[in-house]
Amino acid sequence: MVLARTADTKAVTLQRQGRMGAYPPSRGQEASQLGPALALTDGDWVIPGFRELTALIWRGAPLWRLFLFWSGNEEGSLYPDGVNVTPSVIPVGDQIPHAVGVSYASKLRGEDAVALVYIGDGGTSQGGFHEGLNMAGVLKTPTIVVCQNNQYAISVPRSQQTASRTIAQKAVAYGFPGILVDGNDVLALYVAAKAAVERARRGEGPTLIESYTYRLGDHTTSDDASRYRGEEELRKWEAKDPLKRFRLYLEAKGLWDQGQEDEAWKEAEKTVEEEVERALSHPAPSAEDVFRFTYETMPPELAEQLETLKRESGEGGGD
Amino acid sequence: MAQMNMVQAINSALRAEMERDASIVVLGEDVGVDGGVFRVTEGLIERFGPGRVIDTPLSEACIVGVSIGMALNGLRPVAEIQFMGFSYLALDQVINHAARIRNRSRGRLHVPIVVRMPYGGGIKALEHHSESTEALYTQVPGLKVVAPSTPREAKGLLTSSIRDQDPVIFLEPTRSYRLLREEVEEDEFTIPLGRSRTVREGDDVTVVGWGAMMPLIEEATRRADGEGVSVEVIDLRTLSPMDSASIVASVKKTGRAVVVHEAPKTCGLGAEIVARINEKALLSLEAPVERVAAPDVTVPLPKGEHHYYPSPDRIYRAIRRAAEF
Repeated sequence: MVLARTADTKAVTLQRQGRMGAYPPSRGQEASQLGPALALTDGDWVIPGFRELTALIWRGAPLWRLFLFWSGNEEGSLYPDGVNVTPSVIPVGDQIPHAVGVSYASKLRGEDAVALVYIGDGGTSQGGFHEGLNMAGVLKTPTIVVCQNNQYAISVPRSQQTASRTIAQKAVAYGFPGILVDGNDVLALYVAAKAAVERARRGEGPTLIESYTYRLGDHTTSDDASRYRGEEELRKWEAKDPLKRFRLYLEAKGLWDQGQEDEAWKEAEKTVEEEVERALSHPAPSAEDVFRFTYETMPPELAEQLETLKRESGEGGGD
Repeated sequence: MAQMNMVQAINSALRAEMERDASIVVLGEDVGVDGGVFRVTEGLIERFGPGRVIDTPLSEACIVGVSIGMALNGLRPVAEIQFMGFSYLALDQVINHAARIRNRSRGRLHVPIVVRMPYGGGIKALEHHSESTEALYTQVPGLKVVAPSTPREAKGLLTSSIRDQDPVIFLEPTRSYRLLREEVEEDEFTIPLGRSRTVREGDDVTVVGWGAMMPLIEEATRRADGEGVSVEVIDLRTLSPMDSASIVASVKKTGRAVVVHEAPKTCGLGAEIVARINEKALLSLEAPVERVAAPDVTVPLPKGEHHYYPSPDRIYRAIRRAAEF
């Protein structure tokens, strides 16, 4: 969580300096992202939306590639083989059916892998959410849907997103359990997700987890949250910062002290600097790169367009 | 070999592929117990079970979205959309994900799915059941779009589509489902994607079409032929990526061309074919390239469909205009 917070802060800074593109901050949602992922084992899948930095780092997506992605290079989504994480999905809610399909495939083969998919409170208004949950319920797939209810979909508050009292209760209509969890308590999320994962592995089907949290940053670096929410509300949630809460818990248990805390942040700073350096020095894609992943084999028309482009730009591609 | 209509040929392709490869699953509305509304998937659930032949809830977006997820995790789904007019509900999943995940993941992931759908008019159906909006799909990079014209073609092309590593939109001409029967191999065989078929050779005019237009073109061609106009007929088969080389080679030989489709004229695939002929064979042209297409109106209900649908007579007249220019 310290590493994710450091990377997140750095990403916002880099965008402000014009060294990276638009970026959706995760600040305040580290526990919400990490807790559920802790309940997974290697063979399980994570299907993210686009604000899951902490979960992606935990699941083995290289940090420098995540920076590369947000700096505007598709190569940032080229995760190593064996990392069962799909690339970020920007159209809100579309990833839920993917998770149902991924987990159906595991179930059909008799494997015990589950798929954990993240979505936000705004996404719960989309067809992908309702149709996906419905099909997950019918097909009884081992799918865990984590809704990070961070209270806002850009500017629209949760109260204007749905008239339901909770998001968790929506699961009832689809015939499986929904659970509302304190989204800033990493251990509570871990426990809830663990129960959901075990349930899924037993063949009992999906679970919806509503992680009740708060987006401390803007929707993206292009957004200004002060236009739609007050300072007082923000202060209230800053006091519930998931990093602070977990630190206090560990200190109270005698498992953590100031020295370890300082060391963790220092190490995170160093790691992030190295990863950022690697990402920002990565070459831009060549013209070939832009073309060659459209199909398995490049069709003649496309090959011709590439040749023309290269000829007219007077070089072998890239910039 | 066996006599089959197109429904039987597609069924035969699905069955043979599912026998060969346990990762192939079929999903869609009514594809299981009912065997599909056109009976294309008849008997598959009895043979392969409900795990591999899935009667889904009524959600086109989710049928395609779930297929994408299945493909990401090692399955090869063949999804059925009941009619092309309902495929628009799944356009988001097709355009934003199926077509892009190979590129998005820089080649680490890919989406080998086939989305089958009956398309086209001429079957006296309700609204939304006669659409021919293939150009919506051919505009999307990363998709392949295939439209067979005969039973044998359907089996060979579907088999290739299932084995292809990219997402394929497979357009089945509803009007041709039971129109004719022909000899089809009972064993598996493939017809490569991306290559057109020269149905007949000729010297005076090239006619390009696909799917349900082919029998109409053949009728028009016979009439023109009887009057001494030698027509070369190309069945495009794969609409994207298009085999433009064969069209260009043919037009260079004949100098005249007619493109036929049942989609609206404006921005129809015919416009692209004309553009490619212009780019590569302009100096061989002896006449403007003719387009026989539907007008730019909503597909009429059956009573008005004759105003809309290309007829052998309209195709014949276009051939004559091109020949006599």
